[in-house]
Amino acid sequence: MPPRAAKPVVSRGWRGRRSADVDSARVPPGQYVTKDFPVLSAGPTPHTSLELWDFSIIGELAEPRRWTWEEFRALPSEEITRDIHCVNKWSKLDTVWQGVSVDTLLEGIETSAEYVTQFSDGGYTTNLPLEDIMGGKAWVVFAYGGEPLEPEHGGPARMLVPQHYFWKSAKWVRGLRLHSTDEPGFWETNGYHNYGDPWQEQRYQGD
Amino acid sequence: MAGTAVPGRLTWQLAELVEVVVETPHVKTIAFDVPSWPGHQPGQHVDVRLTAEDGYQAERSYSIASALDGTRVALTVQRLDDGEVSPYLTDELRPGEKIELRGPIGGYFVWEPSEGGPLMLVAGGSGIVPLMAMIRTRAAAGNHAETRLLYSSRSEDDVIYRDELERLSGDGLRVVHTLTDSQPPGWTGYARRVDAEMLAEVGPRPAERPRFYACGPTPFVEAVAEALVRLGHDSLAIKTERFGPTGR
Amino acid sequence: MDELMLDGNAIGGLLREVFAVEMTTAVGTCGDCGAPGPVGAVHVYRGAGIVLRCPHCGNMLAKIVKSDSRVWIDLTGIRALEVTI
Repeated sequence: MPPRAAKPVVSRGWRGRRSADVDSARVPPGQYVTKDFPVLSAGPTPHTSLELWDFSIIGELAEPRRWTWEEFRALPSEEITRDIHCVNKWSKLDTVWQGVSVDTLLEGIETSAEYVTQFSDGGYTTNLPLEDIMGGKAWVVFAYGGEPLEPEHGGPARMLVPQHYFWKSAKWVRGLRLHSTDEPGFWETNGYHNYGDPWQEQRYQGD
Repeated sequence: MAGTAVPGRLTWQLAELVEVVVETPHVKTIAFDVPSWPGHQPGQHVDVRLTAEDGYQAERSYSIASALDGTRVALTVQRLDDGEVSPYLTDELRPGEKIELRGPIGGYFVWEPSEGGPLMLVAGGSGIVPLMAMIRTRAAAGNHAETRLLYSSRSEDDVIYRDELERLSGDGLRVVHTLTDSQPPGWTGYARRVDAEMLAEVGPRPAERPRFYACGPTPFVEAVAEALVRLGHDSLAIKTERFGPTGR
Repeated sequence: MDELMLDGNAIGGLLREVFAVEMTTAVGTCGDCGAPGPVGAVHVYRGAGIVLRCPHCGNMLAKIVKSDSRVWIDLTGIRALEVTI
């Protein structure tokens, strides 16, 4: 059994760039609040033109759906304010987005699927039970802080699923695939937790 | 020549700050004593870890600025105003206090005097740090390998190690500066970003089979590497170390 | 080219932690385009975890997730790895 690592040495007076005066009830275990918005990515920033962009719902459903950018932007949208939590331990409170509820996109859908995979430009995927993106829990957002979503933050559109760690809100999202079996995604197949509830600190497999 | 593998897992070591040197208005060299330091090669770096009272941690990598010198390890750190770690290292840490670091790390971005020249070092901003370790090592070894340094800075005030570079010039080392944002009165040197034309004027020709080391912000390194390849240099002879976005 | 992209040097410490030998000089062969190259020269992206990409073709070479006590590594994008021990 390897020796346990020594206790880290504390740096006098150092706090990093964290916000003070935070309501701890809003901060999941192990998280720290930041005012930054770190840019994290698994690859180069895609730059899909709006002329070529579309959003699709495919897989196990009676009729696939598809919207062009114009069609997508014509859908009813709303302003959403939520706290977001990254598995890398930073949380950002009261982030403000503009987007279309997934409930709007799935309205009237006929499916027996129980799982959904978000898929993105660049090949990223992330999975969830279908019920966890329904009932006011998820949006496809196209604006952040009152401005169009920048490419480095996932623009033109990304998912917002704030009840899970933020790797489960795919940047550069291009659609949802519905299926009857769970299909662990890009990070879920390599160590991160399959469900990712920040309030139960489900960061890694086995947590 | 591959770097020799340093065996065993890296462990965090305690490093005691022994000296602080102001290099420029935003840059300081902080020198540590690391009791069990195994030695290092020029170009290698260390990871530094800070831990707050409540357990919060941050890690950053810093290139080693000094040539091998027993247990002494010097880092040259650019203070980023909104940085999480750098302001603490440059402004808060006091001589006698300790931080955790691990290293030396890296075998790819390394130059040893035995590799010889012609050598061309291309530095963007704080990218000069690992290249300075190479220059200092070369000087300490009394090595005369033909070496050129092309060093891009915003202004004269931002040039790190300016006096030392001037002192070390000659004896096979040629230092060329370019100042991209502002130049002092009477400046006759380059006053623009590094480009293919500048690299062709300053650097050795492909026929001389030179080795290149380019270090600095990612866009800078990308532009330099691309330009060198377009000028006909062997891409395998170009080693790069990217520091991420400019001034982050 | 992304401003935020780093290279294999930036994860030298992490790789030493996992493999117990210097890895930036290890030579990996891309499983997609077949190009060999030192790990120090691969493109590194930081997402929830770390992703290594081939500098020639962009193919994902590896992904790495690290907790305090475990590391998960997907190396399926690398056809072969040559390490000096």
